[in-house]
Amino acid sequence: MGITKNKEYIMSVLVYTESEQGHYKKAALEVASYAKAVADQLGTTVTAVSINVANTSTLGNYGVDKVLNISNTQLEKFSASTYANVIKQAAENESAKVIIVSSSADSKYLAPLLAVELNAGYASNVVAVPSNTSPFTVKRPAFTNKAFENIQINTEVKIIGVSNNAYGLVENSSSASAEDFAPTILESSINVESVDKATDKVTIADAEIVVSGGRGLKGPENWGMIEELAEVLGAATACSKPVSDLGWRPHAEHVGQTGKPVASNLYIAIGISGAIQHLAGINASKVKVVINTDPEAPFFKAADYGVVGDAFQVVPELIEKLKAFKSQQ
Amino acid sequence: MKILVCISHVPDTTSKINFTEDHTKFDTNGVQFVINPYDEFGLTRAMWFKEKQGASVDVVNVGGPETEPTLRKALAIGADAAIRVNTVATDAFSVAKQLANVVNNGGYDLVIAGRESIDYNGGMVPGMLAGLTNANFVNSCIGLEIDGTKATAVREIDGGKETISASLPLVIGGQKGLVEESDLRIPNMRGIMMARKKPLTVVEPIEASVETQSVSFEKPEPKGSVTLVSPDNLDELINLLHNEAKVI
Ligand SMILES: Cc1cc2nc3c(=O)[nH]c(=O)nc-3n(C[C@H](O)[C@H](O)[C@H](O)COP(=O)(O)OP(=O)(O)OC[C@H]3O[C@@H](n4cnc5c(N)ncnc54)[C@H](O)[C@@H]3O)c2cc1C
Repeated sequence: MGITKNKEYIMSVLVYTESEQGHYKKAALEVASYAKAVADQLGTTVTAVSINVANTSTLGNYGVDKVLNISNTQLEKFSASTYANVIKQAAENESAKVIIVSSSADSKYLAPLLAVELNAGYASNVVAVPSNTSPFTVKRPAFTNKAFENIQINTEVKIIGVSNNAYGLVENSSSASAEDFAPTILESSINVESVDKATDKVTIADAEIVVSGGRGLKGPENWGMIEELAEVLGAATACSKPVSDLGWRPHAEHVGQTGKPVASNLYIAIGISGAIQHLAGINASKVKVVINTDPEAPFFKAADYGVVGDAFQVVPELIEKLKAFKSQQ
Repeated sequence: MKILVCISHVPDTTSKINFTEDHTKFDTNGVQFVINPYDEFGLTRAMWFKEKQGASVDVVNVGGPETEPTLRKALAIGADAAIRVNTVATDAFSVAKQLANVVNNGGYDLVIAGRESIDYNGGMVPGMLAGLTNANFVNSCIGLEIDGTKATAVREIDGGKETISASLPLVIGGQKGLVEESDLRIPNMRGIMMARKKPLTVVEPIEASVETQSVSFEKPEPKGSVTLVSPDNLDELINLLHNEAKVI
């Protein structure tokens, strides 16, 4: 399909670059990279919306041309409706027709509200740059990764939610000019009373590597080696559904069709059989490794690399060997 | 308290997914349909509000007549009445507009939807519905208590959770945590008998534009076969992950 440069799109592509405690999240740099690719297709530039980040220059390394720099203490706590309204004002300020957000929990929370505010068609979990810009067509998973859907967005304003790790970080040096932007702040009718967040752990959403354990590990007391393996690899920990249902691990670690989706670069499944519902949720991961005693376990059909062996022997040995490998790096 | 639970009618998680009409239509042949798993947690939470706090619980689906067995199942689980908006659910925004009309006409205090449906995985209907009806919204909701017109909800965030207070009307995108897996209810004989007598009202759709449109489907590329590494040679695994796959 051809790429058309369409007059309608001369306005820049707007990207919401999320931050945390004054620093851009990795997902922000990924969506900026993606926005740059879309802007190139459309023959236009990239404008980022940045909230409470002092130094915005990093964005220039990922193709952002202009930053709408918002600094406001009322935006210190995330509120989906308030943030959606701020992005709407930025979009109107720039007359932006294409708006790009990430697939973080916060972006997925605000994007549908933004779609209503702008009367925009919204495609979530998009995995590639548009295959066509007129009509505007993007690819996204459907049926929980059992298929892909090509969808056409027909509205004048379009919102694209980019799936985590789908596009990656692409350096593209430009010097982002920063411009102060002072939107009206709507008071949120929702109050965040408390936040409970482990700051020292990699989250499944952000992780490049995920180490996941299943019922084959026999009980919660055996998770020490899973955590250690994750630590050596800088990975997040996850588990199969029965493991969270049994209370061996917290619900937040449950991955699969009815749990969290995983789209990491490397997914290591230990003592997990590979049921269809489990695989559906993790299939978007690029490389899959399985460690299982049963060579007939269905996971071997989905994996790139497999070890037929006892996790209680393989994992501790793998940890030692990885430590040695890491120390040589 | 008037509660509306949005019920999506989706293929069972074990379904093989195929397409017809030159990869443009989902092939429903031989597919078993169920209540969307995320919605099931919400429905059970709603039953608790009914039993402990005297709430009324309606369920709604936007879809053709083929979705009625799924709505009947929700009635058998204990909902009081069902509404089906008689139109094909084409895109999230148009579904949200149909639901908004039902919400506005019914005067619901609380709308419980699932965080996403497992067929199109859009994750946008609950938020759009909240936006369209000017209700407060909590996504990825893993805990909910209502006291009078005040709601306390727990939202799952990346790497943790946050506790939110908001007033009704409220829309949530719910998931496991609202209730546990073991709390889910299977309809019993009495429930099934009673469900036959409960009202299932079919309402005609309002005019709503379609903002996005599915043009075609693809199946993932078939995977090459697995490379097996002996448990006695884990250095080789590290070597492959480093030099071949380039992921460590
Ligand atoms: C509606 C529905 C939704 C579902 N959603 C999900 C979902 O989101 N996520 C999910 O994970 N599941 C889901 N499931 C459950 C799914 O069908 C499986 O039951 C589940 O994934 C199995 O978990 P498991 O692989 O940990 O356990 P098991 O299937 O019990 O597998 C354990 C594996 O460990 C291996 N093993 C045993 N001992 C060792 C050892 N010493 N070393 C190495 N390997 C060992 C065994 O060979 C076996 O393959 C869902 C099911 C339904 C019906």
